[in-house]
Amino acid sequence: MTSDKKQLDLTAIRERLRAQTGRDYWRSLEELADTEEFRELVHREFPRQASEWTDEVGRRGFLKLMSASLALAGLGACTTQPLEKIIPYVRPPEQLVPGKPLFFATAMTLGGNAIGLLAESHMGRPTKIEGNPSHPASLGATDAYSQASVLSLYDPDRAQAVTERGRIRSWTSLQVALAAEIDTLKTRRGRGLRILTETVGSPTLRFQLQELLRALPQAKWYEYEPVNWDNRREGTRLAFGRPMSFHYRLDQARVVLSLGSDFFCSRPESVRYARDFTARRRARENPSDMNRLYVVESVPSPTGTIADHRLPLRPSELGRFAQALAARIAGGQPGDGETPGEHSKWLDALARDLSANRGQSLVIPGEFESPEVQRAAHQINSALGNIGKTIEYTPEPDGGRTSQSDGLRELAGEMGDGQADVLIILGANPVYAAPADLKFAERIMKPRLRVHLSPYLDETSRLCHWHVPETHFLEQWSDAEAFDGTVTIVQPLITPLYESRSAHEIVSLLQGRYRSGYDSVRDYWRSQQPGADFEKFWKTALNDGVVPGTGSAAPMAATSAVAPGAQRPQQGRTDTQGDRGEATGGPERRQTGAASPPGSTTQPRPGQRAAAPLVALQSPAQKKSDLEVGSTARPGGASLELIFRPDPSVYDGRFSNNGWLQELPKPLTKLTWDNAALLSPRTAERLGVRSEDVVELRYHGAAVQAPVWVAPGHADECVTVHLGYGREYGGKLATGAGFNAYRLRRSDTPWGGPGLEVRKTGERHRLATTQAHWSIEGRNIVRTGTVEEYQKNPHFVHEKEHGFGPELSLYPEYEYEGNAWGMAIDLNACLGCNACVVACQAENNVPVVGKDQVIKQREMHWLRIDTYHEGNLDNPKTVHQPMLCQQCEKAPCEVVCPVAATVHSSEGLNDMIYNRCVGTRYCSNNCPYKVRRFNFLQFSDKETPSLKVMYNPDVTVRDRGVMEKCTYCVQRINAARIEAKKEDRPIRDGEVVTACQAACPTHAIVFGNINDPNSQVAKLKKLSLNYSVLGELNTQPRTTYLAALRNPNPELGTE
Amino acid sequence: MATVDQPKTATPRPEGYEAPPSVLEGDHTYATVTDKISGIVLTRKTPLSWFLIFGVGFSLMMVFFGAVGYLLLKGTGIWGINVPVAWGFAIINFVWWIGIGHAGTLISAILLLMRQEWRTSINRFAEAMTLFAVACAGMFPILHMGRPWLFYWLLPYPNVMSLWPQFRSPLVWDVFAVSTYGTVSLLFWFVGLVPDFGTMRDKAQNGTARVIYGMLSLGWRGSASHWHRYETAYLLLAGLATPLVVSVHTVVSFDFAVSVIPGWHTTVFPPYFVAGAIYSGFAMVLTLVIPIRAIYGLEDMITRRHLNNMAKVMLATGLIVAYGYMIEMFMSWYGANNFEQYMSRNRMAGPYAPIFWSLILCNVLTPQLLWFKRFRNNVVVLFLIAIVVNIGMWLERYVIVITSLHRDYLPSSWGMYHGTIWDYATYAGTIGLFLALMFLFIRVLPMISIFEVRSLVKTNRRPSHTE
Repeated sequence: MTSDKKQLDLTAIRERLRAQTGRDYWRSLEELADTEEFRELVHREFPRQASEWTDEVGRRGFLKLMSASLALAGLGACTTQPLEKIIPYVRPPEQLVPGKPLFFATAMTLGGNAIGLLAESHMGRPTKIEGNPSHPASLGATDAYSQASVLSLYDPDRAQAVTERGRIRSWTSLQVALAAEIDTLKTRRGRGLRILTETVGSPTLRFQLQELLRALPQAKWYEYEPVNWDNRREGTRLAFGRPMSFHYRLDQARVVLSLGSDFFCSRPESVRYARDFTARRRARENPSDMNRLYVVESVPSPTGTIADHRLPLRPSELGRFAQALAARIAGGQPGDGETPGEHSKWLDALARDLSANRGQSLVIPGEFESPEVQRAAHQINSALGNIGKTIEYTPEPDGGRTSQSDGLRELAGEMGDGQADVLIILGANPVYAAPADLKFAERIMKPRLRVHLSPYLDETSRLCHWHVPETHFLEQWSDAEAFDGTVTIVQPLITPLYESRSAHEIVSLLQGRYRSGYDSVRDYWRSQQPGADFEKFWKTALNDGVVPGTGSAAPMAATSAVAPGAQRPQQGRTDTQGDRGEATGGPERRQTGAASPPGSTTQPRPGQRAAAPLVALQSPAQKKSDLEVGSTARPGGASLELIFRPDPSVYDGRFSNNGWLQELPKPLTKLTWDNAALLSPRTAERLGVRSEDVVELRYHGAAVQAPVWVAPGHADECVTVHLGYGREYGGKLATGAGFNAYRLRRSDTPWGGPGLEVRKTGERHRLATTQAHWSIEGRNIVRTGTVEEYQKNPHFVHEKEHGFGPELSLYPEYEYEGNAWGMAIDLNACLGCNACVVACQAENNVPVVGKDQVIKQREMHWLRIDTYHEGNLDNPKTVHQPMLCQQCEKAPCEVVCPVAATVHSSEGLNDMIYNRCVGTRYCSNNCPYKVRRFNFLQFSDKETPSLKVMYNPDVTVRDRGVMEKCTYCVQRINAARIEAKKEDRPIRDGEVVTACQAACPTHAIVFGNINDPNSQVAKLKKLSLNYSVLGELNTQPRTTYLAALRNPNPELGTE
Repeated sequence: MATVDQPKTATPRPEGYEAPPSVLEGDHTYATVTDKISGIVLTRKTPLSWFLIFGVGFSLMMVFFGAVGYLLLKGTGIWGINVPVAWGFAIINFVWWIGIGHAGTLISAILLLMRQEWRTSINRFAEAMTLFAVACAGMFPILHMGRPWLFYWLLPYPNVMSLWPQFRSPLVWDVFAVSTYGTVSLLFWFVGLVPDFGTMRDKAQNGTARVIYGMLSLGWRGSASHWHRYETAYLLLAGLATPLVVSVHTVVSFDFAVSVIPGWHTTVFPPYFVAGAIYSGFAMVLTLVIPIRAIYGLEDMITRRHLNNMAKVMLATGLIVAYGYMIEMFMSWYGANNFEQYMSRNRMAGPYAPIFWSLILCNVLTPQLLWFKRFRNNVVVLFLIAIVVNIGMWLERYVIVITSLHRDYLPSSWGMYHGTIWDYATYAGTIGLFLALMFLFIRVLPMISIFEVRSLVKTNRRPSHTE
């Protein structure tokens, strides 16, 4: 072909181009030359010989050809296949039995704090996360984030290879590139090297980084997380003169006040708090001992919904409220002017209640509230003698560090003026998440070499030279510290799926010698355990998920008090502990807490306060603007307060490519796939906006457009925006969802402040919610009462029955010889935290459907949290009700299925036979609880290879056209049954734990055999608080609910 | 019916009595009747309007095939259904079409047994309509299934799994009710056609037509023994079909009445569904027959008398339906069940209230015009009322299916339903299918029973010459 191809006449081409007018695109020189050959090529499209079959096929010819083809067709099968050897396990790994999962202890870190987990592994594939019962932050339960982490591991959008400016490179080439850089850095003693990490919760990594800084003293290491604990730290500094860590012992507290803290959900140790709190919440055994919770908050939160008294105040008001309360309890000046008169009754009652419970009360400052609020909380706790009893302080390990926000500002400055030459970012995504005023995206272009380690190719990766995929915690060796110092060794469940590395490995590379994460972690712990039998130590640590000797020996035990000297305030003060005479206090027991008052008498006296080592209540540092804006009169202008909060589903944006979390209905708003500007009904009315109206939020010069969501119970005159949305890069699901609230964020006021302007744009944005109706319409679906009512009449719950007389049924009752499974859900303990929803999704291969389908009301969650408001719009009472298949005894779904695809099992479950289902959806229509879910389309992803690996092998992956629903985790029942049969014994109580029950931080869900009168669930069902939802339909549900009890302060009534 | 026509008994009429119009007008003889009816198929030129209407029907039928193809490809998710409203257009249309299918059997069987002679010139037509309506109806329950290719699992057939359908489910009853109804209607229609096939065979000019009609006529020679057997068979089938008129829609109403959903769980459903079915069936017969008699000049065979009678049936059944609505509302109030009460309030004042009130306008208020002879005799008004009733009956099913489901027991799961473009395409598609089949029937089969109309000739007021 080439032989006769004429040389391209370039001059002719130039001529032709010159002759052309206008814009005319060309693809190749051949086209431009417009040669004969090219025309023919275009004409034929195929090469000459094969392009057409010119032979006219006659009948005979055709038959000959076809018969030959037919005869020879079989020959193809005779090709020898290449030899591939498959090798069976000659000696299978110990304990590996196909079909039986293994559990390994590990931990997940969020915000620098770990929660101990057990990962379920099926034939080497982690498929499900459970809590680690021996870990203090978990106690066997989990939060929604850790439940969803499995999906992040198998996320097909994860970065899969080392890249340099977008081109795939080998790991070696990065090593080579960095090695050269390290050599020059060494000669400069590290000058110009800047390392940015997230909050480091790993002792090994901290040690590695410190070692690196020792070797390169001029290098600098910054920690920054958009959701950081700066204010918490600053608050303790204000109160005690130096930063401290602290945690609460909610099981010791009778009266709890939250000043804007969503402590059930916002902290890594929240799972533990929820457990401790609800331990004293269960009034049924000892109603008079029930704790009481006051919540003062700006943004409606799960914590607020379980409160006995809730007061919505905007942040500035909340600050004044805290000051006023501190003044009342701890003495001192009551702040600028008296507190809002309308709240004085509240304040008085609250102060009295707290004071009456000295040592048994607790004031929890909001993590994101101003340091002044934090300080006030510490003061009050100190004045009430709570320190060491309901709140414990430990010195901050690295107290001298600047705050994260200041650190990031410093780094941005250094990048801007060229001091940062080499920038290594480990895990963080500052281009997306840094406050807008730092202009990070602009300044990051200054350092000469930028290396980014992160799980996704995100906003930051795109502006860095090198990107290294980061290992998921289920793929890496590491360690992680919990809130109380307990360390867990993070062990991998699977070899990294892609060419990814951990931070340990990158740091070791910077140290000049690459070491695997395993070596780094092991060596660190070997150095920590001199003399001891290291192998034994190591194995115990891995097995238990807790490094022996770290943290408090018994979680939250009184002996976990730390040495007071370590946290002596600068003012200096002699320790006056030891004279309290608690039963538990031994001679070595020391009351910690520098701020604890000398000798705690029952009544706080102002004079006493003077001796306390607290810094003056009236601090000059107090922000004047707070007080100016916080007037009781509603500001007439358009200026509102802005509040930033981490998103309850995607947190700071790190989970925004996780479909389970994206589709997780956020507590209270039930929003999915979007964030919104939350504001109170009254404010919405004043601004003339409705839900889904798009408004422009203007804050200190920055502006974003956001859809409005009117949130009942939100404080007036302020707007909440959640972080973590509006991603530009970072996965298919992450991009395009919501708006980026970071654009409004400023480094000096990271959690918002006054000065927000809201302007209606006239546009609308459709938001996908899973619940459209919030009123209970006078129905008795959720039942609540007060402790007083309960004490007066333990059966008050049943007086709320609609009552239609004796129920008759056409069908005879079932008889159960063996087990009869049932569930009881304690509404008093349900916080609406969503952990169970994701747990159910992970366990049962529940598909994600996407925003469009959620709008069409086709979400697939087998377990949903119904939220009902009652009372006025501005401060409604809210109750959560987990709603799942009720496994009715007289199930309406069973009788209407034409093909017997849903049938009653011999143990009382409504079994769903996916194979048999033809999809008439009659069962769903006839289900009064609407807990059945239908695969309207092919929702399950059966194509993506990584997701195939993720599915729970014990649960069918459903196809389109099939109905599905909660099965009480029948696969777990069957697993337990097999075990029991092998040992020839009945299934024990507590042996079958459903996924939702296992995940629940508060033990609100109890499952078991109701035929066994001694089972926990049978006992609960005998309680007078127990009731059936829609019992009057005679469906006889196996799932019953315990009514929620509240413990309001008689002084305040049940307003 | 009160207006039984008994011309032979020449009782003296009171002053001012206006004799009702005859069931056969004009100077018809046996020959003219035969020629006229068979001529429409065999000799007369196909009118342009036939092509027009058939064209519309055929195009919509293609839309139907497209919509069904996409449905099978993607799944029922292309429709607007969701949880809580898991049934939508498909079930609405199913009930609507089944209801329409009621007129045929009622006219053929019940009126035959009641010796209502006026039925003869419309029964064939109405039966055909029934068949095609049932065909349209029968497709929806299959198409609406998540996995329609497994529809046969609803049938009791021997299988290796030893699995029967679940006989407590009204959907299984539906399968039997609808398939029985379809089969009996087809048989009844075909048997009724046999003598006319004989006529057509004899009259056909075209050889192919003669062969086809000949085969279909099953060797009909018109002998006395043939007529005897024919009459017996026809009467037996009429007897068989009669209970079906009541049973089919009763069973369909059980789909709803057996459930626990407020707005569905109602004992009044069976009678009022049957009445509604006859109501809509007659409305559909009128809707079709009025234009067709104009197109083919059949005014002397389908007379004002027929229209008048059908209007009266509509009025009567319409009143029963209105009573049904009333009792439903009354019982929800009287029952003091707050779920039921909410359901009624929601129907009248909830988000779907406009549909409910349109339904009342169409089904309750508009038909009251039929009290007046003036309107009954006005063909255009009658045609319009019939169309309004057709729409009203569709809205009725919409109200029953959608408003009951969209807000049931737990307010947390409440939602809204809106049909999608595919819902509408499928619905319009079945209308197209129905029209196409109907007009094919008109084109190739005698749409009026020739031999039965011939029997009217002698009872005609004017004595026939050729007898």
